[in-house]
Amino acid sequence: MITGFSDPFDALFNLQRALEGRLTSGWLHDLTTSQGPFPPINVFQQGDDALAIIELPGVDKDSLQVEAKENTVRIAGKKAWVCPDGVSVHRRERTFGEFDRTLSLPIALDPDRIKAEYRDGILALYLPRAERDKPRAIKIS
Amino acid sequence: MASTQELQVQKKREIESKEEGTIPARLFVPVADIYEAPDALSVILEMPGVQKSDVAVNVEDGVLTVQGQIDLTKYKGLQPLYTEYNIGHYARSFRLSSKIDQNKIAAEMKDGVLLLRLPKVEEAKPRTIKIN
Repeated sequence: MITGFSDPFDALFNLQRALEGRLTSGWLHDLTTSQGPFPPINVFQQGDDALAIIELPGVDKDSLQVEAKENTVRIAGKKAWVCPDGVSVHRRERTFGEFDRTLSLPIALDPDRIKAEYRDGILALYLPRAERDKPRAIKIS
Repeated sequence: MASTQELQVQKKREIESKEEGTIPARLFVPVADIYEAPDALSVILEMPGVQKSDVAVNVEDGVLTVQGQIDLTKYKGLQPLYTEYNIGHYARSFRLSSKIDQNKIAAEMKDGVLLLRLPKVEEAKPRTIKIN
């Protein structure tokens, strides 16, 4: 196992992040919005629905897990480090590990119609707004 | 505290060059891993969103250049609600040593990750000398 260069500031920041992560975790609150900032997410609007585009290069599709409930979507998985034996490492900039992130949306979702697509290292989630959440036109009599 | 360290987001590094681009898009430096095996060097570059057909790998004057174009048309007409990262094309170049056999470089693209295999020239490979 090759570890990166150790930096005392990194260690401190990691500790702080872990402490802050605890505070915002489900242990103290009844809802979680996120359990870590990885992977980065962009959310776009597409008519009534939302489209989340997530950068996740080099992740095995089978290790990706997407769950949805009401207005939250959970993306979890593992970015595994595959390295052949007997090699020496010259440069290591890519990061590996497990991730688990929950995204909260301001709209209620229809979990049955959510579509997920993973291509070229990009995970696209089509998040349709629930019919019951859509605004209705009221007829004036 | 969790036993495994959480994955952190890597900030994308934008290319700072003297020349300015002529296309209205950002250019990022893809993160890279380089491994050396006895017979070859492996360069692995992360370029999420780049299709296999949009990658160009060139070798000129001993400099290996990798360019990846993303399909910006996919983002046309989309209204951003919440953004955490920027998108753009990718470019990075490496100077090759004379140990690399430049005619035998192989490339493979999978899930936004480009794997380049740079075989060493025969003379540079390790060998054992037999003792008579």
